[in-house]
Amino acid sequence: MTIKLMQGNEAIAQGAIAAGCRFYAGYPITPSTEVAEVMSRELPKVGGKFIQMEDEIASMAAIIGGRVGGLKSMTATSGPGFSLMQENLGYAAMAEIPCVIVNVQRLGPSTGQPTAASQGDVMQARWGTHGDHPIIALSPISVAQSFDLTVKAFNLSEKYRTPVILLTDEIIGHMREPIELPDFNSVEKFEQVVTESPETYKPYSNNGDVPPMAAFGRGYRYHITGLFHDEVGFPTQRLDEVEPWLERVNGKFERNADDILLYETDYQPGARTAVLSYGASARTARHAVKQMRARGEKVNLFTALTIWPFPETAVEALADSVERIIVPEMNLGQLALEVERMAGRRKVVRVNRANGEMVTPDMIIAAAEA
Amino acid sequence: MVDHILEAHHLTKQEAQIPPEDWFEANETLQKLRKHKKFPTIWCSGCGLGVVMGALIRAIDHLGLDNDQVALVAGIGCTARMPVYMDFNTLHTTHGRALAFATGLKIARPDMKVIAIMGDGDALAIGGNHFIHAARRNIGITALVVNNSIYGMTGGQYSPTTPVGMRATTAPYGNVEPPFPICDLAMAAGASYVARSTAFHALELDKYLSEAIANDGFSLVEAVSYCHTTYGRINKLGTAADMMRALKDTSIPKASYDKLSPEEQQANTKIVRGVLQRKNRPEYTQIYNLLVEQQTQREEIRPRNTGRR
Repeated sequence: MTIKLMQGNEAIAQGAIAAGCRFYAGYPITPSTEVAEVMSRELPKVGGKFIQMEDEIASMAAIIGGRVGGLKSMTATSGPGFSLMQENLGYAAMAEIPCVIVNVQRLGPSTGQPTAASQGDVMQARWGTHGDHPIIALSPISVAQSFDLTVKAFNLSEKYRTPVILLTDEIIGHMREPIELPDFNSVEKFEQVVTESPETYKPYSNNGDVPPMAAFGRGYRYHITGLFHDEVGFPTQRLDEVEPWLERVNGKFERNADDILLYETDYQPGARTAVLSYGASARTARHAVKQMRARGEKVNLFTALTIWPFPETAVEALADSVERIIVPEMNLGQLALEVERMAGRRKVVRVNRANGEMVTPDMIIAAAEA
Repeated sequence: MVDHILEAHHLTKQEAQIPPEDWFEANETLQKLRKHKKFPTIWCSGCGLGVVMGALIRAIDHLGLDNDQVALVAGIGCTARMPVYMDFNTLHTTHGRALAFATGLKIARPDMKVIAIMGDGDALAIGGNHFIHAARRNIGITALVVNNSIYGMTGGQYSPTTPVGMRATTAPYGNVEPPFPICDLAMAAGASYVARSTAFHALELDKYLSEAIANDGFSLVEAVSYCHTTYGRINKLGTAADMMRALKDTSIPKASYDKLSPEEQQANTKIVRGVLQRKNRPEYTQIYNLLVEQQTQREEIRPRNTGRR
């Protein structure tokens, strides 16, 4: 156990190494570059590999290739790079290749404001690639949580054979906080194990939620494709092969929701107002709730750590217990759309700021008083 | 049946008479194909891709590589469908990105032979950036580019290798863009092995592919082929057999080309077949692994303190 002062971005890199990440491919982009810098320095020390690719499209492709070769893999980027990664991110979802994509959000659209924070990529994280697909996105609110959720991101990606997006932002990424680093050997890691023989192995078996994944070069010669495929991986257009696959892949998170949906609740009996937030805005939300409570008001606080899939049941229960939910976000209202979907007749009050500045506690308090 | 062709296929005269459905059992090389799974191929009958696939299979067989140790990575297009038919570790990726996926795979498994199979549009238009950077790094990947001067799968649009003046469905008045010379591009970018042949010269392709796969660094083999269905039809170039024959008539071996005078070389419009570049350059994953060895050894001497500088 070591106590250190570090940035969120550094904590992500340390978390990745602790989780067993042994391959990083990336392209420099503000405000995510520290992740690449730390990975380039630390990976060789643990026998891992780092490469700076020619662009973000290649970076995303390379980490998928690296994982197919058997190394847990990660990339990190920000808005414009995240846009470029979308096609191959969809490939990872389609071909069920575990990998972790860090998006340190900056103000967009386009080049936007590279050094300013934002939460503008929430919907892109869910629907950025074309076609219906399953995705997991986690959003840390502190440096310590940047480490923990990176480890969690790797474990979920391996366990459910899916790309996992760590959706952080410039504030959490560049903020320095003390963090207790655990002994990396003691960190729990999920490892893919294939017990079937090559003769009977089905890389995309629809029997169960997640078939084990065999790495290339270990006797399991099979086909991986971004086309619709059958249970052994070959392209198919047969509905009797496509439909069980669609059902399995798009339902695998729902059937394991308890394992995937992470959130923190701080509820007060009798509260009629709730504040729901995530990422950097959750820090403002905490501060605002503290101030309101100091004035004797009863307020519920909900912090979503898993953004996608959206914690529907928990938010629905929250909505049932209060009259209104305030949703502060550093965008023009993205996760608020999900909250509204679950809130029924309860009022959802959006508190938005999309100019690179943080939502302030006063804005939340004013919304609660309105 | 010509004896030396049978010999190259490891076939006896008797075996050559075996009906096609029994070929898989009859021939050891063909065991490297996934027999019952996905045949027949999606390719038009008469396409040169089957010949190129045959050459690749024989090259791998000739090197005596274990099927498990070979990975085929492809992008999107007619050519990129090739891996589905062959019994190796096969990764069919997104359009243009085969070399980027292959780079990650090669870094994870430097011991494996990684072969990226691409068409001209896949490798040089959408994938052009990955192509030059893979060559620059001299990473141990063999790039097989089948050049048919057209986008075949989408129905015959002009590609970065369509000659000036030739027609395509998106160049109905003739192509106005100059083409990329694929081999020149790879040589300039630093590929350590570059060779070119055609779908007509199957045995030459065997040889160049064997050498390319055996080479430690980045290798490029350009297999000039044709698309009689789209390019041939729109440009009135005849049947598949006519276009196959044209590959013979419009190409010369490098040895013959080298004997031409500078003026004749300048005026040459024929496809030059042969090994165009061999360079002794360090291979990327080998160099990186040296770095990893140094750093891990240093860490063993100096106990690791996470993140402490």
